[in-house]
Formats: sequence, structure tokens, C-alpha cells
Amino acid sequence: MKQASEILQTLQEQFADKIIKSSQECIQPFAVVPPGAVAEICAFLKNDPGMAFDTLMCLSGVDYKGSKKEPERLEVVYHLFSMRHRHKIVLKVELPREDPALPTVEGVWAVANWHEREAYDMYGIHFDGHSDLRRILCPDDWVDYPLRKDYVQPESYRGMPAAAAKQFAQRAQEGEDLGTDPFSAG
Amino acid sequence: MQVEAYAGEEMVLNMGPQHPSTHGVLRLELETDGEIVRNVIPHIGYLHRCFEKHAEKVDYPGVIPFCDRMDYIASMNNSLGYALAVEKLMDLEVNERVKTLRVLMAELNRIASHLLSVGTYAMDIGSFTPFLHCFREREKILDLFEWLCGARLLYNYNWVGGVSHDIPDGFEAKTREFLGQFEPVIAELDKLLSYNKIFLERTANVGIISEEQALSHNVTGPNLRGSGIAWDLRREEPYCGYDTYDFEVPVGLGEYGPLGSCWDRYYVRVREMEQSLGLIRQALDRLPEGDVQEHIPRRVRPAKNEVYDRTETPRGELGYYVVSDGGLIPFRVKVKSPCFTVLSLLPAIARGGMVADIIAIIGSIDIVMGEIDR
Repeated sequence: MKQASEILQTLQEQFADKIIKSSQECIQPFAVVPPGAVAEICAFLKNDPGMAFDTLMCLSGVDYKGSKKEPERLEVVYHLFSMRHRHKIVLKVELPREDPALPTVEGVWAVANWHEREAYDMYGIHFDGHSDLRRILCPDDWVDYPLRKDYVQPESYRGMPAAAAKQFAQRAQEGEDLGTDPFSAG
Repeated sequence: MQVEAYAGEEMVLNMGPQHPSTHGVLRLELETDGEIVRNVIPHIGYLHRCFEKHAEKVDYPGVIPFCDRMDYIASMNNSLGYALAVEKLMDLEVNERVKTLRVLMAELNRIASHLLSVGTYAMDIGSFTPFLHCFREREKILDLFEWLCGARLLYNYNWVGGVSHDIPDGFEAKTREFLGQFEPVIAELDKLLSYNKIFLERTANVGIISEEQALSHNVTGPNLRGSGIAWDLRREEPYCGYDTYDFEVPVGLGEYGPLGSCWDRYYVRVREMEQSLGLIRQALDRLPEGDVQEHIPRRVRPAKNEVYDRTETPRGELGYYVVSDGGLIPFRVKVKSPCFTVLSLLPAIARGGMVADIIAIIGSIDIVMGEIDR
């Protein structure tokens, strides 16, 4: 088992110019890596016997638009765990909100296939080299990426109304005659 | 899909989305050659309710009812993971009574969840009686929960910093009574189902998950332990004081066929129910005094930070990635669902098997679509 600081140290030595920054002040220490190097670094972390990060616990997209404390960007976060050594590390990739793209890590951990599809579906992040980059939770013909902070909910989908119905209280406030019970309403 | 691409006996078969043995609305596109399955393409998302989008619109405690609705079969365990993640974010320590009650409810819910899993699995395979036995027992646990917090399925019980209700008078005695009469039911289940010849034939050589596949696909929980890996977060990364309890981690042994088969996964669940019984007894024995709402913060407002926290639910490792921006509502909540990762392995283990084996495999990995689609 290695402490996160040791892992970050090794990464710094191995990929000196490729670690943009690392932080140990937060609860779980992380390293920020450039999009181009992520597949290479992940492969190293998995195959190096001292690291042996054999599982990808979680792959998440985050949209920092509208954050009060962080600059505007998209982020892909990899939570890695080594079952052999029982240590953890977090990798982050920062991407522009326009045309975000980075290489896939599907070849390193098979589970990344579906996680990356989800990140594509929700944030529109393109994973280059992915074998099957389709939407996963939304229908194939869904427009736009729902988890982006500036997402606007569509009025309808294939002729079906998609917007939420107005709340009862709101309708009453707008002066609609709702009657005194559900049966007498107009 | 191009129909011309299929020659000879091959055909495409749609299984689901409305199918009793897909355990929810899951559609599988099967490419079959006679009875042999050449490929499986799972289509998910039919139950997508935008959990992560909702979580960015309500305050921290407001997310808990949504967590309950993800894996509606083990709601206690789902909200527990979220509550622990936010507590970690706020650096909040709860008292011993809250910890013990959380363990108690999580384990009761684990038994209820495994009973449903085992019972419906038996029914998928074609054995109807064990299902009724399991549901009869599960009902008693749901009655206990109803008495505790008024809800039978979606409890909203684990709050940030505490729990919603202390146990009512007489709850402890009733729970002990349940434990006493439930224990023989497991032996009965073994006789009725586990070593049943037909059941063994249907499950013991089917759906093998190797250790390598399990790790690469991040298969967790009973599915991982079925492949012979003794990995349980309750022991490896203890939370709620699990390290002070005495329990074993059952693993698959491959007694009836190759290791990591459907039967191994099934049997791990049965053995886990026994361990949960022991955990509940220990929790009842120690139950310390205290106020269960002592540490509930008036306002949940974590400083800018982020945390990925995982707990062991009946279905495996449930992870919450919570990002705080210093505000009253979460900036981002991402859920790593254990069923999501294990379902992504389905094509690899189902290929080359029979159509009927698909049913056996889906039942054995114990998925809940509410959690996969969120």
C-alpha cells in the first residue's frame, strides 16, 4: 500500500512534463493530466507492478460552467483503486466546453466502455478510439447533452410533451379556476 | 440493423423491455443461431429518471429520497451511502447509536433484498415454491420497517448526521423474534432449492465470470465473491463501525462446477443472509443510548471540496462522487452503480450459451434497473 503522496511523486518522476498539477489539500488527492496523455498514464498505472491499479472505480464527467469558485471547463474524473495494494488515486482531465475530446481508456479497463458512453451521453465528451460510442441512457435521437449546466429542456420529444406539467398551486396563482374539488374543476 | 447481414439460421430476437425475468425494463437484443446466442446487446435507459440532474437542483438533504428510488429494493443501503459521503464532505461524526441503528437497518434490508433476489431467481429457473417462502419472510422485514418509519419500501431513513426515527418500544424484541424464526428458513431454502438437482443443472455450469473479467469490469459485491475473491467493503474499508463486528465474508468455492458460476453467486447470497443475521444480533446486543438526531446540522453546507465514497450494498459497491461548490445544493452528484458495471459484462459471459441460460445469468447477477438507469 502506497500513500497518495508517494503515487503522485512517482507520477511526477515518470511523466514530469505531463502532470499539469497535483493537489493534496483536498480529501482525496488528485493529479491533473493533459487529454493527450491520459491513456498512456492509465496504462502505466495499471501495468506497473508497484502501482497495479486493476480497477476503475468510477469515471465521471463534471461541467464547471456557472461555478463560483472554479474556471469554466468540462472535466473527466477517474477514480482508480488497486485491489492488490489497496491504494487509491484520482486523475482529472480538463477539457474545453467546445468540442471536448480525449482518448479512451477502454483498452486498459473494460468497464470504461459503458462509463465513457455515459459521459458522452450526458456531456458530449468524445472518447477517441472508443469501439462503440453511442448514447446509453437517453434515446439515440435525443438532442443536446442533459447534464451540461446550460442544458435547456425540450418542449416535446417525438410529439410527446416533455416539459413538466404546471403545479396545482402555480395554476391557482395564475388565476385559473380550479373549482373546489377535483371533480368540479373545469 | 441490416437484415441481409444474417445468413442461414441466424435471427435477431428482442428480449424485453417488458419481460418478467429481466427484473425491470431491460431490452436485450439477442443474435441467435438456433438456440445458441451469438451476441447480446443490452439496451438500457428505459427507467432513466435524471437522478443526477435532479440532485443539482435540490439541497443536500433533499437528494436522499431520490437515492431511495434508485435501488428501491435496498433503499436503506442506498441512502446510507449518500449520507456517509456528505458527512465525509462536512467532516461530521455521528454518535454510536446512529451508527448501530444504521448497521441494523442496512443488514435487515440486506436480508430483504437477498430474499427477493433468491426468490425471484428460483422463479426464473422454474421453481415457484421458494419464491413464496422468501416473500413471506421479506414481508416481515417490511412490516418492521413500516413500524420504524412509516414506509415499506422507500424509507428516507438515513439523514445527513443522523436517522429520521429512533426505534419504537418493543422493536428490539420483535426483531429478535423475527431472527429466531427466520434462521430455520435458510436451512429450509437449502433443502428446497440450493441442492436441488434441477436447479444445480440449470445454474452450476452457466455464466462463468473469471477473476480477470471481474476485476476489469469492476464487478463487485456477491457477484465478485461468487468468483472466489474475498472482497467486502464492510471489512476492507469499514464504515459505521463494521470493523467492531464479528462476521465472515462468504465466497464461491466452485463446489458444483467451475468457480464463478451462477450457482456460486446464488449461494454467496444465501450464506450472506446468515452473516447478516449475526450482524443484526450483535447490533441489537450493543445498542448504546443516545439521541439519534443529536448531530443533524441545521444547515447542510459543506465547504468547497469533493469526495468519492463507496459502501457495500446488497448488490455490490455503490459509489457517490459528490462535488461541493460551497453552496447549499450539490454541484455534482455522480452515482457509480454496481449493477451498471456488472451488466456491461453480460455480453462477454452470455456469448455462446443457450437462450434459456440468459435468464439464468440475468437472475444470478441480481440487477435492479432503477439503479442502472438512475
